[in-house]
Amino acid sequence: MDHYDSIIIGAGHNGLVAAAYLARSGQQVLLLEAADVCGGLGRKREFHPGFQGSVAHSVSHFSSKIANDLSLSSFGYESPTNSLATVGLSSDGQHTVVKDGRVEGVGEKDAAAYQEYRRQMRRFADALSPFWLKTIPRIGSAGMSDLMTFGHLGLNIRKLGKKDMREFMRIATLPVRDLMDENFENDILKTTLGWDGLIGSKLAPRSPNSAVLAMLYRMAGESEGTHAIPAGGVAGLIDALCQSAKASGAEIRHSAAVSRILIEGGADGLVATGVQLADGQKIMASRVVSSADPKSTFFNLVGVEHLDIGFTNRIRRLRCDGYVGKLHLALNGAPEFAGLDKADGRMIIAPKLDAIEFAYDDAKYGECSRNPVMEIVVPSLHDASLAPENQHVLSAHVMYVPHKLQGGWTDAARVAIGDRAIETIAQYAPNIRAQIIHSEFLTPADLEADYGVTGGHWHHTEMAVDQMLMMRPTYEAAQYGTPVPGLYLCGAGSHPGGDITGNAGHNAAQEILR
Amino acid sequence: MSNYDAIIIGAGHNGLTNAAYLAKAGLNVVVVEKNEYIGGAAVTRELQEGWKYSNCSYVCSMMRQAIHRDLDLAKHGLILVPYLGNINFGDGDERLLSYHNEEAAHLELKRHSPHDADAMHRFQTDLTRYSQLIRKTLMRTPPDPTSFRPRDIMELLYLAKQFWKLGEKELYEYVRFFTMSAAEYLEDYFENDLIKAAMASPGIIGTALGVYSPGSSYILLHHVMGDVDGSIGAWGLARGGMGAISNAIAGAVNEFGGEIRTNSGVQKILVENRKAVGVVLENGDEIRARIVVSNLDAKRTFTRIMDKNDLPDGIYDKAKNFKIRGSSGKVNIALSGMPKFTGVPENRYVARGGQVFTGSLETMERAYDCWKHGRWSDDPFIESVIPSAWDPTVAPPGQHWMSNFVQYCPAELSDGPWTPEKRDQFGESVIKKIEGYSPGFRDLIVHMEVRTPYEIEKEIGLTEGNIFQGELTIDQLFFNRPFPGYGQYRMPVKNMYMCGSSTHPGGGVSSVCGANAAREILMDLRRTNTVPEDDFYDE
Amino acid sequence: MTTTDPYAGERLKRTAFYARAKELNIRDAWAAWNGYKFAEYYYDAEYEYFCVRNTCATYDICPMQKYEIKGRDAEAMLNRMVTRDVKKIGLNRVAYCVWCTDEGRMIDDGTIFKLADDRFMLTCGSPCTAWLEMSVFGFDDVTVTDVTDDIAALSLQGPTSCATLKKMGLQGIDTAKPFDILYFPFQGDTLMVSRTGFTGDLGYELWIKKDLAIEMWDELYAAGDDYGIQPFGEAATNMARLEAAFIMPAMEFNEALRTVNFEHDQTPFELSLGWLVDFKKPHFSGRSALLKEKQRGPKYTLTKLDIEGNRPAAGSYIYSSKLCTKEIGYVTSAMWSPSVKANIALAMIKTDYLEGNLWAEIYYEKELRQYSRVARCTRKTKPFWAPARARATPPPDH
Repeated sequence: MDHYDSIIIGAGHNGLVAAAYLARSGQQVLLLEAADVCGGLGRKREFHPGFQGSVAHSVSHFSSKIANDLSLSSFGYESPTNSLATVGLSSDGQHTVVKDGRVEGVGEKDAAAYQEYRRQMRRFADALSPFWLKTIPRIGSAGMSDLMTFGHLGLNIRKLGKKDMREFMRIATLPVRDLMDENFENDILKTTLGWDGLIGSKLAPRSPNSAVLAMLYRMAGESEGTHAIPAGGVAGLIDALCQSAKASGAEIRHSAAVSRILIEGGADGLVATGVQLADGQKIMASRVVSSADPKSTFFNLVGVEHLDIGFTNRIRRLRCDGYVGKLHLALNGAPEFAGLDKADGRMIIAPKLDAIEFAYDDAKYGECSRNPVMEIVVPSLHDASLAPENQHVLSAHVMYVPHKLQGGWTDAARVAIGDRAIETIAQYAPNIRAQIIHSEFLTPADLEADYGVTGGHWHHTEMAVDQMLMMRPTYEAAQYGTPVPGLYLCGAGSHPGGDITGNAGHNAAQEILR
Repeated sequence: MSNYDAIIIGAGHNGLTNAAYLAKAGLNVVVVEKNEYIGGAAVTRELQEGWKYSNCSYVCSMMRQAIHRDLDLAKHGLILVPYLGNINFGDGDERLLSYHNEEAAHLELKRHSPHDADAMHRFQTDLTRYSQLIRKTLMRTPPDPTSFRPRDIMELLYLAKQFWKLGEKELYEYVRFFTMSAAEYLEDYFENDLIKAAMASPGIIGTALGVYSPGSSYILLHHVMGDVDGSIGAWGLARGGMGAISNAIAGAVNEFGGEIRTNSGVQKILVENRKAVGVVLENGDEIRARIVVSNLDAKRTFTRIMDKNDLPDGIYDKAKNFKIRGSSGKVNIALSGMPKFTGVPENRYVARGGQVFTGSLETMERAYDCWKHGRWSDDPFIESVIPSAWDPTVAPPGQHWMSNFVQYCPAELSDGPWTPEKRDQFGESVIKKIEGYSPGFRDLIVHMEVRTPYEIEKEIGLTEGNIFQGELTIDQLFFNRPFPGYGQYRMPVKNMYMCGSSTHPGGGVSSVCGANAAREILMDLRRTNTVPEDDFYDE
Repeated sequence: MTTTDPYAGERLKRTAFYARAKELNIRDAWAAWNGYKFAEYYYDAEYEYFCVRNTCATYDICPMQKYEIKGRDAEAMLNRMVTRDVKKIGLNRVAYCVWCTDEGRMIDDGTIFKLADDRFMLTCGSPCTAWLEMSVFGFDDVTVTDVTDDIAALSLQGPTSCATLKKMGLQGIDTAKPFDILYFPFQGDTLMVSRTGFTGDLGYELWIKKDLAIEMWDELYAAGDDYGIQPFGEAATNMARLEAAFIMPAMEFNEALRTVNFEHDQTPFELSLGWLVDFKKPHFSGRSALLKEKQRGPKYTLTKLDIEGNRPAAGSYIYSSKLCTKEIGYVTSAMWSPSVKANIALAMIKTDYLEGNLWAEIYYEKELRQYSRVARCTRKTKPFWAPARARATPPPDH
């Protein structure tokens, strides 16, 4: 094949979803992946012989529409029914457990407040939920269907009723801390519920404007944003997506890094015509769809000479520095957290909102948090294939770990923060050190190097309100098309953003097929 | 006991403005003030003989000229004289002077960074554009977005049109500006740290946010969107101190037959049948009126001088949750002479501006970190001005008074309540910092007054000493101010209104809140409107 | 600040020619340009103007921004910034260029000097440092240096300018075609001369290391003595450039990055500079917006007007009828042209109305009383002043 309808760069989950949709529509699709396996940040990573993890360690709001459309169930993926409890670890063993719409380990008042809080957030999340699976139009364009999208959004918010609508417009920009303080008394409950507004971003509990939107985004869909580990782990989902894409006729090539997007110019302007691989091979296509982050796509693959200067600057100023480090522990047994029967939930270590705030304060000056906060999952309890028998993998997202460490990242610095993270875990699981066979710590700089994501940022670029919706990544490229005809974006740097949802890939494919 | 049409609680500048417009419409109004002096936070106080401190607010940029002219404040003795720029003191020897003259200002920026000197044009252009947009909303009552009333819909359409006029690109840029942190927003323009710090510093004044907190760039705009005679961003001093503003407005109140009673703190707003009917003073006197207007902040109004049982469900909690965080202190100093600052030329024009002890973005942010931990910083951000350099009325000849606004100073300390000793230690941190830039400064001090949020709340009544009567974050701005559903000056109890900075458009000596509230009140009372429309220099 | 002058930071800078300019500026008529003290006029604006048209005169262009752009990617970087094809500029040639925002609105105009395959000089009226920094981002091998303060530049304009330079000893200067660059040895260094200018007349611009500025001035003035050499200031420049129908920032166009109000800036097509926009060249900033503009046609068109009567139409509205009912444009610059004896103006006129009647409503004052009159305007297609000598090579001696 020397000419494809679509070439998709990057076989992360969004690239896979886009490839599957385009292939199903009858296009000749080629998916190119630099690594030797699919999955991007969701791919399996053997960090010690016999022990596997993945940077993304759970799934929370993967779109069920996409799962249905792509018949993922016939490829071994089932929408997980057994969600993980979110466990706010307390040093006294009195943990706060949020599961299936109930909260345990807090006072009656908080338990009741949680029900009201959940009802209201659920309503808000539902009002927004259709728009994560839709292209948000440019305000400047005034097509009928575009106006409909805005009309629909307006209507959904109106439908909340006067009281909830007013409350929505107030809390939409609240910092996590204010939202939690208004509703709850228990510190651990506050951190546990607030966590999803902050994880993966350069945001702290006192940062206004973006955290609540991130929370509502994560509450979209049937599962209310509860996390789960699907059968076969996150990699199981990736595998199903791969198979679905292949079954639809998409061709997937591994170890095929793209070095350049080919762009031809003429009197009518530029057009993307294909890609050049690292080995020099050129492959032509009617369009190129990049699931790489916007900075990589435009600066490394397209080249600024093909872009307007203002546009280049708008991409350049995207905030793409990751603040999450990844800890993988190979354990010789199941970890034992004091006061917890089984470590099969999503455990959060953040004793107070201000503990998160102060951890962030260190990172904003380019230092690692002195007292890191984190989210822990033991995926091997859900997927035995990840570790040898009776042995386990602990996976933790550690915040805040700056991409640009003062003085630069060194092995010593990496060991130091890894150690601090283990030390923190040990306060809750006293035996953990004795159980460790091997540990791995990935800084944002490591994620950037290993996964090709600018800044090592999970979401490719900050999920801040000025970089969301029709401004993600910037207004000229927010409808998946770009200023270069024939070039599309389909990654987390596009609406609606990060996390394993498949939405960006889905929306991009719909836009291409429109 | 006389019967009034309206009682206004608090003789701050907004309360007085409100009273003036109601009185102008022929209403019988009384302003009740707990202190023996009027003005609230816009006051001039002679705490040391011969020195007149503007001991709370110290600068005027937001005063709407439409009100200034309409109430004939010039006749009542007010004249605003513009600053001639600022000196920004960096960490160490760096100084950035913002000269009044455009060419000189450009050269000074160029000395620090030719790139930034050029980029400043784009920044000023963009800031002017955003200011123009916000300014159009100031003297208008925010629409209720949940309402289907024609007035609200028309107002929403008006707003939509103003946004539309920006053009698509600028609309997105506006969202960016409105929601980002000042420090990150400025990254798009500047490379020099002192220039960035100097430009970002208005973004923290008075707020419990840091330069790296999202939302601080709006605060920045809030401080610079005012103007003096059409030059946006200019700041001015009131001759005779900030009290001259309050006195001038009080002059207008008197002219229109309004009454002002000092030493008359309100103990409680009287509510009967879910209607406000008057107030009970602290001395037990009862005053009745058709309407009651509170110029106190929202938290104080609803949690201190109203009975929870008189309020509809939820209002008390809304008031309790209203964010009004004390983050600023003030040190007023009488000086025996003009201090000399290292690295600053002895230029007669330079002295006629402010001194901003900016440090760097990190210095400011670290000061904010201290605030989060419930303590003041040893290296605070201080914004100072020596008004006596061009106001001959506020200090004896040859001697001076210096206003030092300090960010940050917590309302609650982590190590227990404020004490006079701690207050003095806080003051000492300020003197020490200034002394670092002005050796011998300490020896010039004749008298000083240190005010922490505790003192400010105690005397002025601003909860936590918050200068804006409530944080200026999006959840408390525009139709969300003070609470969603109550953005139009009418409060949940019938015949009760608010007219202070807790209402749109928020803090600053602008008189706008008071005027806007008056317009709504007169509409409800079916009186002819006396409040002028805002006027703009042709923008 | 170690200087003893407490006002040093506030004073305007002096150009490399200040010592000489000061002596000749007997009226002390100074203005400012980019932070430099700069002559409004030296003796009399109209006299200086006639020197430009009749003998020769010098204009101090030191305050003009000058950037040296060097490196393997210098050409690609410039080509993506400006609308003309930089590849087509010959070695030692100069090209007039404009550059635009993504929206196709003009940021500034200027000239590009191609000094070597990998070395260019960009000159423009206002600082462009920040935009250049943005433009450079993403190119590997290109450096931009602001050389404004290192290079002294003097414009020599007028019919005897070539003769003056010949007398100064610049052998072969008469072979320079318009927009050529020539080099001459000068006191152990090099004097660069380009046949360029802003007056529409025969003229040259001289570029020299700052340290040799005064020596160059003295030699030039010694040579020009017999040819009526005279310095001229901003006022005379503005007259000459208007006759040549050259545009000025803040007159004909508002720099896009300093424009507050939506579309109060201009596109090259609106400024009748469509000829500078090359859609056949590699991609450049603003291309797609400009292509749209070209296809749609500009809303306004900068038009040269010859207006009845002798009252300059500065600030006038343009109407489509004598009744002044339909306003269709506005005058950007206007004056009485002493050379062509005409009442000339540049005006932005709505493109749709260009072909119809054009009337200007002119307000003027006579001994403190205000008058107005409505005058018929005639569109001109050529510059008001375009003498053959400006293009002739070799040029005539006077």
